[in-house]
This record gives sequence, C-alpha cells and structure tokens, in this order.
Amino acid sequence: MQRTFIARNPSVLWFLLSLAVFTVAVTVLSEATGATVISTSFLKTLGKTLCLCLVAIAMDVVWGYCGILSLGHFAFFGIGGYAIGMWLMYERTRALVETSLASSVIPPTPGEITSAVGGQIFGVVGSSEFPMIWAFSHSLPLQLLAAVLVPGLLALVFGWLAFRSRVTGVYLSILTQAMTLALALYFFQNDTGLRGNNGLSGLQNIPGFQSTPQATLSLWFFWASAFALGAGYVLFAWVTSGKFGSVIRAVRDNEARVRFLGYHVESYKLFVFTLTAMVAGIAGVLYYPQAGIINPAEIAPIASIYLAVWVAIGGRGRLYGAVIGAAVVSLLSSWFTGGSAPDINLGFYEIKWTDWWLVLLGLGFVTVTLLLPKGIGGLFDLLPSKNKDQT
Amino acid sequence: MNTLLEVSGVSVSFDGFKAINNLSIQIAEPELRAVIGPNGAGKTTFMDIVTGKTKPDEGRVIWGEKSISLVGMNESQIAQQGIGRKFQKPTVFEAQTVRENIVLALKDLRGPLDVLFRGRANNQEDRVRAISDEIGLSDALDQVSGALSHGQKQWLEIGMLLAQDPRLLLVDEPAAGMTPSEREHTTQLLVRAAKTRAVVVVEHDMEFIRRLNCKVTVLHQGSMLAEGSLDHVTQNQDVIDVYLGR
Repeated sequence: MQRTFIARNPSVLWFLLSLAVFTVAVTVLSEATGATVISTSFLKTLGKTLCLCLVAIAMDVVWGYCGILSLGHFAFFGIGGYAIGMWLMYERTRALVETSLASSVIPPTPGEITSAVGGQIFGVVGSSEFPMIWAFSHSLPLQLLAAVLVPGLLALVFGWLAFRSRVTGVYLSILTQAMTLALALYFFQNDTGLRGNNGLSGLQNIPGFQSTPQATLSLWFFWASAFALGAGYVLFAWVTSGKFGSVIRAVRDNEARVRFLGYHVESYKLFVFTLTAMVAGIAGVLYYPQAGIINPAEIAPIASIYLAVWVAIGGRGRLYGAVIGAAVVSLLSSWFTGGSAPDINLGFYEIKWTDWWLVLLGLGFVTVTLLLPKGIGGLFDLLPSKNKDQT
Repeated sequence: MNTLLEVSGVSVSFDGFKAINNLSIQIAEPELRAVIGPNGAGKTTFMDIVTGKTKPDEGRVIWGEKSISLVGMNESQIAQQGIGRKFQKPTVFEAQTVRENIVLALKDLRGPLDVLFRGRANNQEDRVRAISDEIGLSDALDQVSGALSHGQKQWLEIGMLLAQDPRLLLVDEPAAGMTPSEREHTTQLLVRAAKTRAVVVVEHDMEFIRRLNCKVTVLHQGSMLAEGSLDHVTQNQDVIDVYLGR
C-alpha cells in the first residue's frame, strides 16, 4: 500500500492537467496576447469562475465529505473580498489625492492627506473619519493576513460554539444562515465603516499598476486564480484522502459511532470548518479585484445557498464534481442573466431569460437530484476504466 | 482478577421513568460476563452510561487501577480509556472499505492533526491482516463494507472492536440475525477475546449464553435481580417469575 499520493488520487493529476491546458489556452486566446477571441470582460468572468470553483471545493469538503451543510461559506468569501478591497481602495485613493495635492503651493501635511483620503472614501456615507476597522488598510500584508485570519477566526469561534453544543443537521444549516444574515446586515450599516450598501468599488484598479492595461491585469489575476484553484485542489485532495478523509467521511455517515471509536468529533468538524473558511477567504481575495466591486448583497444568505446548489449539481463528495458544478452553473448563470441568451418569443408570451433563469436553475436542480443523485460528476463513474479501478 | 469497572448505586430516569434503579455491577479483568433481562430491563441504558452516552442522575462509575470516574467524561475520552462498544444493529461505515473500517478503529493517536500529518503506523498493515484473519474477512479487505452480509458486518464490527484493543468490550446482541454456524464463530471470537480482557455481552438468546459458559447477570426494571452461573440464575424463583410473567 506504499503508493504515492498521485497514484492513490489519479483525479488530481487529471484535474491539474486540464487546468493547465485551460489556462494556457485562455492565455493564448486572450486580448493581452493580441488575440481577440476572449475579451477582457470574458477573461474576468473566467477568472472569477475559477475563484468560485475554489470556494466550491471548500464547500464540498465541509459538506460532501464532512457532512456539515454550511449555508454560510460565502460570508467567509465576502470577508476575504472586503479585506483586500479596503487596501485597494485606500491605496488607490491615497495615490490620487497625493497627485492632486502635489500641485498645491504649500506641501500637504500627512494629516491633511489622511483627511482628504477619508473624505474621498467616506464622503458617500457623509463622513471623512477613518473608522477603527480601517486601521490596517494601508498595509497589503496585514490586509492579506486579515483576509485569511478573520474568516478563520470567525469560523473557529462560531464552529466551536455550534459543534460543542452538538448542533447538527438542518439546525446547524439554519445557524450558519443566521450568521451570514447577521454579517450582511452588519456590513450594510453605515456605522460599521465599510461604506454601507455602497460597498467598496474601483477594486479593478491595482495601486502601483495604473499604467498596466486591464487586459494584462486580468490575465495576471486569471493566472493567480488558476494557481490558487490548483493548489487548493491538491490541498483538499490531500486532506480528504488517507485516514483523515476516512475519519471525516465516517463523521458524515455516523457521528455517534465515530465518538465511540475514541475520536473527538467536534475537533475534526472544527478543523474542517475553519480550514475551508480560510480557503474561502483566499478565493474572495482573488475574486473581488476581478469583479471590481463588493457590497453587502454579495454575502446575503442566498449566495451561500447557491454555493450548496452548485456542489449538489456537480456532485457531492468528489472535488472535481464541485468544480464542474460551480463552473457550469455560474457560467450558465452569467450567460442567461447577462443578456447574451436570446429571448424566446412565443407570440402570446416572451420568455425573458433574465427572469426565467432562476426557474431553469430550479428545474435543473430538481432534475439532477432525482435522476443523477451523484451529480454531474457521478457520470465519471460510468467510464469503464473507473470501474476497473474499484473492483 | 482485578476489578476493572465498578458501577455502584447508579440511577437514571427519563421523564420520571426509572430506566436504571440503584444498579451495581463489578466487572473483572479478564472476564466474560453475560447480561440478560426482559425488554426494558435497562441493559442498553447500562451500556449507555458506561460509554458516556447517558449521564447518570446519581451513583458512581469507577474505572481501572487508578479508580478514575467515568461520569462527566465524553464518549471519545471514555473510548480512549479503553472501552469499546458494539451496537445492536451492525454499525460499520458502509461507504468505506473493510480495510478503511479497520484502520479507523486501530489503536492509534486520535487527534485531527496527528491523523493528518503522521502517515500510517509502521505495523498497520500487519495489524489489519491479523484482525481480518481473526474475523474471516481477509479476502474482502478492499470490498465496500456496505456490500457485506449481515453476519459479516457483525464480525467486521467485532473486528473493529478488537482493533481498538480495548480493555473492556461491551457487546450488544452480537448473534442477532445470524445463522447457526455464524453464531458458532461469534461465540469463539468472544470467548477468545475474553481471555485477555473484559467482555460484557448483552443477549436475549439463552442458547447463545449457555455456549458462552460464563457468569450471568440478570437485570429487571433497572436493578440487578440475580447473578451467578446460568444454571444458578435460571433456577432463581425471581428470575422465573420475571421471565414467565407474574
């Protein structure tokens, strides 16, 4: 049984190969390299999709493997986005303010600069004071650290309280929804200091790279997203294989039995919950500079429910299933709701896909659940070579 | 023979119903003990209390040479003390292979980080082999355990208990739903296990108990009614009354 990690998990190799081929193909066809097949906006969509795939595999580990139906993982994603967004917005505004004040006769004091930056950022909510929450926004390393540690810490505290009280199943799902809702409402408040419902914007402009065209910047972010997805896939494949994977799948199937084997179930759940929350934070860091804007609606409870739908459609309990689900559904979603799908005129009624997409998604969800309980990823089991491996 | 487990004066009630009423039992090491009693006598609740699933309202549960109290520990801590439990229904992890099931149970460090970072134990494969030979599942190691027959699942669960290498084994109705030859095999497994450790078997089937050939404790309405050899307790007037009705 002394087989290597790759030999025990052939899907990892296949996934990394496909991801590499996809990345190279998109790079060659993108505007940054002179081609016109993939527009910069579509490149951003693809890059964002890769980030969504990353948060989807995190969701798959916590739900599909460990059996915790968390309907709150998009909140961790959003926190990561806010953390990077604060630095992006602060740095860019500071650069703009400094340029405009540089021409004044008397050189501005640091205090004047700070107050001008504050006025620019918080003018929209009628303030110019920097709230406490922005204390580290001048530092990229600190904000990046926050993007990982804040989701991690929140998950740790929330998970500790919930798992310790042995809240499971649908009750836990409801609790995670409550957490997301509370967080979204908190971010909505102007007093929180995150610009209320305006959110953070202009995030596509990267400080220090003002002269770099968006086509190039988008490609960099696309690469970073692809790398993060690849690394996340390997990490989670490693976590879910071997004995640890066996324990968490056992927790999913019969928690009480695992306890009588001497495992402290709560520690395992907490570990998985926290780790996946941190990865979700990283995915958010890469997503929102490509999206350009983040506001509290992004972390509304419905977002986390979509996440569960993606994973269910793609196939729970297999990492590539989550990737397939997230990619297919989110790309279809942006196609149908982006106005690219041709509306169908039935004479007496016109089907507008922007309205009917949700119906379509709902029907798709029901169909997959009824006909393909293992999700789209389950179709891979039908391949003859797979069956040979298993027996 | 040293006393390994001492349950004394334990009571527990659910919504006013006294499931266990001032129960005292001592188990030695090594020992094979059968616990019998009519439905609702408190046999399973007794196991729940020892394994930490149910907290007693009063009484003490004392364990081992150091006389540690098990009351107040959680299930996983008690299991790590060396108490293994087999449930009435065979509960193996059906989505996983026989090998994975045994490895899960193997005595080893149980913390998440230990499990994640410390690869496999050196002699893990040998131990898995030895246990699967013992329970007769060596050829099925890579089979998904959900595909096993009912009797094989029962054995796998007993094998998982052996893999835990507990000092006390609590076995709830091991022979339920087994064919006569499977029963025979199970009896041998239990008798062999009881040579080096304490084994407590809860069972309805008198024929099975007779073959175990061990000390018997009869429970009734949450208290001990009689204790001794099977012949001794079956001649006890109280036991006859309870089993034949009053």
